[in-house]
Amino acid sequence: MLNRKTAPGITDAVKFHLDLPPHEKISLSNGVDVFLVNMGTLDTLMMNIVFYAGNYFEPVNLVASAANFLLKNGTRSKTAYEINEYFEYYGAYLSRHAAHETAELTLHCLNKHVDELLPAVAELISDSVLPEEELAIYKKNMQQRLQVNLRKNDFVASRLIDTYLFGESHPYGRYSSMAEYEALQVEQVRDFYKTFYQQGRCMIFVAGLLPENIQAQLEKYFGGLPLRGSVRPDLPEFSLQPAKQKKYRITNDPDGVQGAIRISRNFPNRHHPDFQKMLVLNNLFGGFFGSRLMANIREDKGYTYGIHSYLTNLIQESDLMISTEAGKEVSEATIKEVYYEMKRLCDDPVPDDELQTSRNFMIGTLLGDLDGPFQVAGRWKSLVLNGLTEDYFYGSVDVIKTVTPRDLQELANKYLKPDDFYELVVI
Amino acid sequence: MPIQFKKFTLSNGLRFVVHEDHSTPMAVLNVLYDVGARDEDPAQTGFAHLFEHLMFGGSVNIKDFETPLQMAGGENNAFTTNDLTNYYIQIPAENIETAFWLESDRMLSLAFSEKSLDVQRKVVSEEFKEHYINQPYGDVWFKLRELTYKVHPYRWMTIGKELSHIENAKLSDVKRFFFKHYCPANAILVIAGNIKTEKALELAEKWFGSIPAGEKYNRQIPAEPTQVAARKMDVKADVPLDALYKAYHVGSRTDKGYYAMDLISELLGGGGSSRLFQALIKEKKLFSNIECYHLGSTDPGLLVIEGKLIKGVRMEDADKAVDEELQKLQSGKIEEKELIKVKNKTESAILFEDMSLMNRASNLAMYELMGDAEFMNTELQKYKDVTREEILDASMSIFDEKNSSTLFYCSNN
Repeated sequence: MLNRKTAPGITDAVKFHLDLPPHEKISLSNGVDVFLVNMGTLDTLMMNIVFYAGNYFEPVNLVASAANFLLKNGTRSKTAYEINEYFEYYGAYLSRHAAHETAELTLHCLNKHVDELLPAVAELISDSVLPEEELAIYKKNMQQRLQVNLRKNDFVASRLIDTYLFGESHPYGRYSSMAEYEALQVEQVRDFYKTFYQQGRCMIFVAGLLPENIQAQLEKYFGGLPLRGSVRPDLPEFSLQPAKQKKYRITNDPDGVQGAIRISRNFPNRHHPDFQKMLVLNNLFGGFFGSRLMANIREDKGYTYGIHSYLTNLIQESDLMISTEAGKEVSEATIKEVYYEMKRLCDDPVPDDELQTSRNFMIGTLLGDLDGPFQVAGRWKSLVLNGLTEDYFYGSVDVIKTVTPRDLQELANKYLKPDDFYELVVI
Repeated sequence: MPIQFKKFTLSNGLRFVVHEDHSTPMAVLNVLYDVGARDEDPAQTGFAHLFEHLMFGGSVNIKDFETPLQMAGGENNAFTTNDLTNYYIQIPAENIETAFWLESDRMLSLAFSEKSLDVQRKVVSEEFKEHYINQPYGDVWFKLRELTYKVHPYRWMTIGKELSHIENAKLSDVKRFFFKHYCPANAILVIAGNIKTEKALELAEKWFGSIPAGEKYNRQIPAEPTQVAARKMDVKADVPLDALYKAYHVGSRTDKGYYAMDLISELLGGGGSSRLFQALIKEKKLFSNIECYHLGSTDPGLLVIEGKLIKGVRMEDADKAVDEELQKLQSGKIEEKELIKVKNKTESAILFEDMSLMNRASNLAMYELMGDAEFMNTELQKYKDVTREEILDASMSIFDEKNSSTLFYCSNN
């Protein structure tokens, strides 16, 4: 007779041996570093070019994201339409994304089209013209998008909490406005392009079941560009200017039925000795479906569809963020429960079985997250951008496996102090 | 490279597909139930989705679904559509039996806890608010479905027609729904990843083989009558921008015209070189964004064009400009190059999607539900076979004025 009451035996995930598959690093003749992750089962490829061209480097707000966006919108020989048509004809995806230190250009394609696509990507770096007309369309469309987003309480809350944590002038706290879009000038954007893309500093991550001649192809199309290597330029100095006031209640939508809640504190970056342990504490606290915040506020009280906490993925400074949308009438009750869960982690050591579940879950998902060439390249990118090596990866795995209830309680008492947190509700 | 798999049927009628992939350390167990929002009572909409939440509230022998799964290093989720409900677990392959244990017990029977129902009613109400009330334009699809479907249950959303339907759900309804739909006769099981077929079959027999077959549910859904006249709706709302929505009835997922229709949506709205994007955003500057997509539903669905107008543009002018692009398509100007482009895009979209083990598992289940998991391997050829003439024919019948439903969603400020 089948025993359905008892769980089948398992191998504790902490016994799994986790390997970060290796990369090969080469340098092109212009000093640009290329990280190649050659694995997978399908003939697909990703090329991710990471420029030091984030908003840290912009002379005025929004220039970095505008330059990044307009990379695809016209070169000396192709219009925006022709560029899009060219990549789409080969079934390729070309995306771009601007962050704080960096801004990226990413190609996903089938291996069989690499020879046609690499030179077209190189052309965007060397020959973009950033047409005035395209900038005008971009400004208008972004302003319209902003108008819609400003009606969303969660969007407003996410912007505001960052300004409290970092200050409005810090690259991590800055946000867009109608007026700043209006004020964007094409010369500013072109100058930025020239300095930070055309003659910029970047790294290239290439992943997939790589074609045999990929290194030669990369050298041919990217090695001759006037790029200035891969060393990160000095970041302009910005001091953190956290807000004095800690608690905020903001009305954004008079008919709103939910409050967008953010509770957050500043937290050091990955180099701080507490960071990796904090990842485990965070996981228990609000990092996954079985976390205490979810178990209490969603699965017991039904105040929200979801509540999460996380250490924000930032390079210089991080923050611990708790984020949820909860019914308007239960928003304050939700906040109370968040502090209650902080207190519980401070007062009592985490029970062994709960910690074991969390360890196994973290290792199990890490194993899944490393499944595939693009994911592995993403891991390497994160290490490289944060100035870390694979030792850090194996160190994290070790911390997950060995951190004790006592360590976690100490950490909770150090960092989960309600007075240190900003608290915001936008309705 | 075709996806390799083997199919079995257990003695209780449970269909079972195994896909081996030894390049990954993971395994996925995917369970699809052939029930969706279209199977709901019009007075109790949103029930299939609410029920999906209750599937995590403990089963007959297992009080807590999540903790043992997390202990085994697994993660899981589920989704409900108008057509089906799909559950999946991804877990290190060594521990796959935990997934069989958990999924089979909740197919056997739920715990039917009053507390779980009470909490999940609230959770789903918050989900409803988060996605459809507390958002600008959040109610569009409630209106659009009611405008386009008069008879077929696609006239309501998966989340439900109104909050009260969810708030009024009773435990007796939950039990009835479970025993009607959640049984081997109405389910498809897929196991994918680092596991041998023999082992998978052994585990399936062990955990699912003894579950009573249940009764095959034969749905009798009224077909939506052919639309015979253009429909129009005007809405005024507190939103910053005017938005235009145009919907057209199209065939079912298994209709032979599906592939031409899918390529048409790509020609019109897929990416920066698509027709609507280039003509209406870049050249005429009437819209700040515009999209074209279709619902991909099992029963006859909708192709939709939606966009937000540049402030100051008149709705009638924007609408007319969209119609002009549709007429251009109907007048036959499609270059070979453009057709190759959308086919190439489709090819790589399929390949990139198939990179993920989880996607392969759920796609095998969905194609098996459509008739045969093998369709997964023949799909690409069906796109390649689409001719210019078929695109033209499809555009003539789809973009017939009589087949259109137009919604002007206007800003009142």
